[in-house]
Amino acid sequence: MESGDAAWVMVSAALVLFMTPGLAFFYGGMDRSRNVLNMLMMNFWCLLIVPIVWALGGFSLAQVPFENDFIGNFDQAFMRGFGIGEDNGGSLIIMVFLGMFAVITPALISGAVADRMKFSAWALFVPLWLVLVFVPVFKWVYGGWLGQRGSLDFAGGTAIHVNAGIAALAAVLVLGKRKGWPTEGHPPHSMPLVMLGTGILWFGWFGFNAGSALAANGQAIQAFTNTFLAAAAAGLAWAVVERLRDGHFTNLGAASGVVAGLVAITPGAGFVAGMAPIYIGLIAGVVCCFAVGLKTKAGYDDALDVVGVHFVGGLVGSLLIGFFSQPEFFGGEFKAGLFHDGGASLLGEQALANGVTIVYCFIVTTIIMLALKATIGVRVSDEVEDSGLDLAEHAETAYHSGSATLTGS
Amino acid sequence: MKLITAVIKPFKLDEVKTALKGAGVQGMTVTEVQGFGRQSGHTEVYRGAEYTVDFVPKIKIELLVDDGVADGVVEALAAAARTDKIGDGKVWITDVDAVQRIRTGEKGPDAI
Repeated sequence: MESGDAAWVMVSAALVLFMTPGLAFFYGGMDRSRNVLNMLMMNFWCLLIVPIVWALGGFSLAQVPFENDFIGNFDQAFMRGFGIGEDNGGSLIIMVFLGMFAVITPALISGAVADRMKFSAWALFVPLWLVLVFVPVFKWVYGGWLGQRGSLDFAGGTAIHVNAGIAALAAVLVLGKRKGWPTEGHPPHSMPLVMLGTGILWFGWFGFNAGSALAANGQAIQAFTNTFLAAAAAGLAWAVVERLRDGHFTNLGAASGVVAGLVAITPGAGFVAGMAPIYIGLIAGVVCCFAVGLKTKAGYDDALDVVGVHFVGGLVGSLLIGFFSQPEFFGGEFKAGLFHDGGASLLGEQALANGVTIVYCFIVTTIIMLALKATIGVRVSDEVEDSGLDLAEHAETAYHSGSATLTGS
Repeated sequence: MKLITAVIKPFKLDEVKTALKGAGVQGMTVTEVQGFGRQSGHTEVYRGAEYTVDFVPKIKIELLVDDGVADGVVEALAAAARTDKIGDGKVWITDVDAVQRIRTGEKGPDAI
């Protein structure tokens, strides 16, 4: 790897790492004040456990060798086979960069299970889900059979957002609804935290998308540009829909739209150009704004709308590549979309890749959750749900108003 | 001695404080409170879901005064807190049996 490319991928990896605390604030602000620390810790847990699992064998199973249909091997497990001589550390930094994606993918699911999942169950769910769902799907999409058929996923629309979104749905169906939902209200406890988290996510997403070129080149710059435009367009679209439908421009609408746009442009970031990111953003903003209302109609308690934003946004963005993919702009060897004389072939591959991911992820996530439910249990007690998870699960309180006495050390 | 208690709109606190100082009041206790009266609550909308917030934030002021000045203080307070719109709050007077200044031990009106 050339020094300029290496520098950009290192910076990008750090940017993607920053997204997980950003996501924690985005979710934490929307959560109730008595559960905000539990939400932050569910996200930070991914930062603690996933890098270790990734080094022990997660990366090797997901990527080694690259051209392998269904699953990798253990050749690069336990950090074997990484040098800094031959390729200037290129394979090492790619392992780290992809590890950041492995961190944030299970973290995305935390928003759905908020307010009632036992932390011990979450602590086991993350590594199990990573190895049994994330790793194989990642393999199929990047280098594996779905990728070889010609489906496209630049930075993780299918492998990350659709995957995490459908896992969120499967998880809450096993976990059950929060007490009192949907009649009892749970408004966000801190909108400023939500806005801060959104800003961190958008900032970090430049590394997520433009870093996925794995080089400091023109494709990276186009992905960077798409990340800039799609998020703005989707935030604008969501905010305008709420203004027309509900009467106000809301902070949460703007923030949710920005995140929906970032999700939707992720799969196509390095395959679309020109006005396409703006069209993709506008479509995702409107669709996701209505999609978050589905949960009350369908009766699944996806607390912070992981399905409505990540699953729907990821799916919309992934399918829209079937229309907007423009290989001649990039001088690339990938399928063109319907609007660029490519016919419907790419759209079919996108539908297949997402369909396979949805079915596999839903089934395996359900099995993991049912296994946890049958063994250690997945739900906190009614009393803990009422009094808050921060104190019961972590012995901490987010916002102190009184004093405390040191009684042991 | 009288205890005057008032619940007012939060943004009126500065004006009320100035008016009470002008009326000769020596001290007061201020608390952030929530509640509802005829103004009732308001609605908030998050991702299209409407939440009704029943309790409105208000400021509660408590002050101890001598019997003779109580009515004047209440008039000054009410004049400063008034906006003529719903939700201006209430002020009431309660009899106080005994008062003591903690530092000196002074009792009764001397302690006010």
